[in-house]
Amino acid sequence: MLSALKITLERYFQPVFQPVSFDLEAGGLLLVTGANGCGKTTLIRVLTGVLHPSSGRLSNRARGMAYVGHYLAIKDDLSVIENLRFARDFIGTSERRVGEVIHEVGLDRVAEQLARTLSAGQRKRCALARLLLSKNELWLLDEPYSNLDQEGVALVDTMLTRHLEGGGACVLATHGAHRPAWRGTHDYELLSGAAA
Amino acid sequence: MNPEYAGGSLSGAFAALVRRDLLLAFRRRTELLFPVIFLLVVISLFPLGIGPSPQLLARIAPGVIWIAALLATVISLDALFRSDFEDGTLEQFVISGHPLTLIALAKIATHWLVAGLPIVLLSPLLALWMNLPTESLSVMVVTLALGTPILSLIGSIGVGLTISLKRGGQLLSLLVFPLYVPILIIATAAVMAASDGLPYTQFLGLLIAGLITSVTLAPFAAAAALKISLS
Amino acid sequence: MNTNIAVKDKPRKNALVLFIHKLGSPPWFYDFTGKFIPWLWLIFVGLAAWALYLGLVRGPADYLQGESVRIIYLHVPAAWASLLIYASMAVMAFIALVWRIRIVEILAMCSAPIGAAFTIVTLTAGSLWGRPTWGTYWVWDARLTSELVLLFLYLGVIGLYNAIDEPRKAARAACLLAIVGAVNLPIIHYSVKWWNTLHQGSSVSLLGGSSIDASILWPMLIMAFAVKFYYLANLLTRARVRLLEQDLRKGWVKDVVREQRP
Repeated sequence: MLSALKITLERYFQPVFQPVSFDLEAGGLLLVTGANGCGKTTLIRVLTGVLHPSSGRLSNRARGMAYVGHYLAIKDDLSVIENLRFARDFIGTSERRVGEVIHEVGLDRVAEQLARTLSAGQRKRCALARLLLSKNELWLLDEPYSNLDQEGVALVDTMLTRHLEGGGACVLATHGAHRPAWRGTHDYELLSGAAA
Repeated sequence: MNPEYAGGSLSGAFAALVRRDLLLAFRRRTELLFPVIFLLVVISLFPLGIGPSPQLLARIAPGVIWIAALLATVISLDALFRSDFEDGTLEQFVISGHPLTLIALAKIATHWLVAGLPIVLLSPLLALWMNLPTESLSVMVVTLALGTPILSLIGSIGVGLTISLKRGGQLLSLLVFPLYVPILIIATAAVMAASDGLPYTQFLGLLIAGLITSVTLAPFAAAAALKISLS
Repeated sequence: MNTNIAVKDKPRKNALVLFIHKLGSPPWFYDFTGKFIPWLWLIFVGLAAWALYLGLVRGPADYLQGESVRIIYLHVPAAWASLLIYASMAVMAFIALVWRIRIVEILAMCSAPIGAAFTIVTLTAGSLWGRPTWGTYWVWDARLTSELVLLFLYLGVIGLYNAIDEPRKAARAACLLAIVGAVNLPIIHYSVKWWNTLHQGSSVSLLGGSSIDASILWPMLIMAFAVKFYYLANLLTRARVRLLEQDLRKGWVKDVVREQRP
């Protein structure tokens, strides 16, 4: 579904991470781990297609891609419902109702509130809710567990399991405090380009 | 693409984006007044600095109003992509698979509605302040109605290029003012011609041609600029 | 047998494509340009000296404009060069953006300061000439105004390139701006020209008469050529330095430093 062959990315004429190769199939979870500053976020952004790799080949055959990064793309001046409604209308197709999704991520009580009043964990849940709105084969998650409480971490794991069981695939970058339990997990330790 | 997975219609996305941006602008409606107030202040400085002679003011009115409109546009332009760039929405737009060109066009159109249109609507008052002859007042409004969208469109390229800079505003004016030269020349020439009782329709024709050209070309350049800024 | 087939199947590249591919490789570019940069400088100095001799020593003063007409040998070639360099920068910027060739990016970006310098020379020479002719250092003459706008376009490219931290990203952004500027440049030029006739009628221009005497034309043309060689020499010299700076940690630069190659 997603394969990378020796992809690198240079910043200031230095490779950010050492060449990355992998082949991710349906039902596969690529768990990208590594120390702070080894380029996990940059790698995920290369995989989304926003960054152009400096060398190597990246091929993405997934039908639909969803990305949750450090910047959550939530508008402070809109309520949770309005944020998700926009996401739904913008994507165009939705298999779930916005209200259902909000319930699933546990934001019922704050659904009508402006996003600026939410806590960091609640904002994260709001961003994760976008994953549930439409069906995307490939999920790219950058530190999805950060800021979440125990219940939130469990929520991510449940969402992930259901997605992978349904034939989806996921690349998940984390610095390693928690790892999702999934039989098709491939570990990938990303090495900083400076270490070469 | 499998319909189960495929993204929705482009027009739906366009409409959703325009609706959201209008709602966001409405939530911060006091900020909508800033460019308008800026325009009023700048225009009122001219009689104070130059003297209240009606003939002199009438003579420089087209240029003054147009330059003030140009400055007000550039000041408001920074907000065009700023919040979407900083909160990660722009990345989501790129990933969505919808062409970034049309997304940029939707954002420019909305931006003009909330920042450019008020200038056009306010211009008759400004023209009165500056003693512009009444016969050229309507021409002034028409040139602004045709010209300010061009300013927003061309400006969007500059904004796209400077958005990743923390303080891109000052650089933005250096980037876009040279590109604004032809519009300024043609628009003020039209108003001056009308004041002198000369034919002016050919200038309006040029402005329309400019508008069509910039609507077709500028969003592509703006989208390319945004992609570079995201990298 | 197999090897024969492999050779046959290999796409044949013509000399030009091969040359461009080679140019894309930093060490090759560094060595290749290093060989003829001295020659470019030499040709420039020779041509410029010849043009100045013809223009300043041999040539007569103009019966209307007097000695000040000699500024033409600097003003006009510089004005031509400023436009030509913008065009060449825009073409290279386009190539750099589409094919992501780093050396072309560098060449486009190194063109900008040279072009900007020529606009400044043009503007300075123009206003120095304007003092005895028009009685003032600055007149909003169509040519000078166009040149001023061109200077702003150059400054925009240079400013953007220096404002963005990451060099490749900065180069790509500035390249895009250069292309946008090139699309607008003819429109700006004609609108300014037209604006000038609209407001004050055309003023006396440096290239005043309809026919130029051969004694003026030749030194001017030779100088125009000299200036092009200056551009090439300066551009390649700058590009080599920039390349060394960027690849400071790469092997080939270490070789260059160890062998103390020029």
